[in-house]
Amino acid sequence: MQICRVVGTVVSTQKNRKLEGAKLMLVQPLTLDDQPRGTALLAIDSVGAGIGEKVLVVIEGKAAGDALGKKAAAVDAAIIGIIDAVEVGA
Amino acid sequence: MQLARVLGEVVSTMKDPNLVGLKMLVLQPLAASGEPTGRALVALDSVGAGVGENVFFVRGREAAFPFYPAEPPADATVVGIVDHWDLE
Repeated sequence: MQICRVVGTVVSTQKNRKLEGAKLMLVQPLTLDDQPRGTALLAIDSVGAGIGEKVLVVIEGKAAGDALGKKAAAVDAAIIGIIDAVEVGA
Repeated sequence: MQLARVLGEVVSTMKDPNLVGLKMLVLQPLAASGEPTGRALVALDSVGAGVGENVFFVRGREAAFPFYPAEPPADATVVGIVDHWDLE
């Protein structure tokens, strides 16, 4: 799983049938010191995350499909948790 | 999934039989800002996207799912056309 920040929402009318009703968010992967790393990606939101929140994202098809609650859905990333805090080392 | 802009189409006559009848698009991945990022790639189309449109695509094994029960040998497929996206 990856720590990401929600940076936007995506609206799509014409999309794969299995994605109907899914909430699509743009998430930016972060390093452990909260710096952006790499390109923002789209993830299904299954936990009700909002813009600006730090979230936990699975980037794997099976897990993302499970989060969406649909079998064989064409998704490869999903937000599966909102992060309250990350503690690293001491 | 990732944002991308459709740059063009690929025409191929000699190809895997499971790809017959499927449209192939040239995609340029986009950053959240709308700027191009990374290398262009070829993806299958499952939603009727056209050149110039902003889309999102799925990578990996899930790229074959929109065509179920067919199993095209694809590693990227366009699964939605983007109306708009809003940043913070």
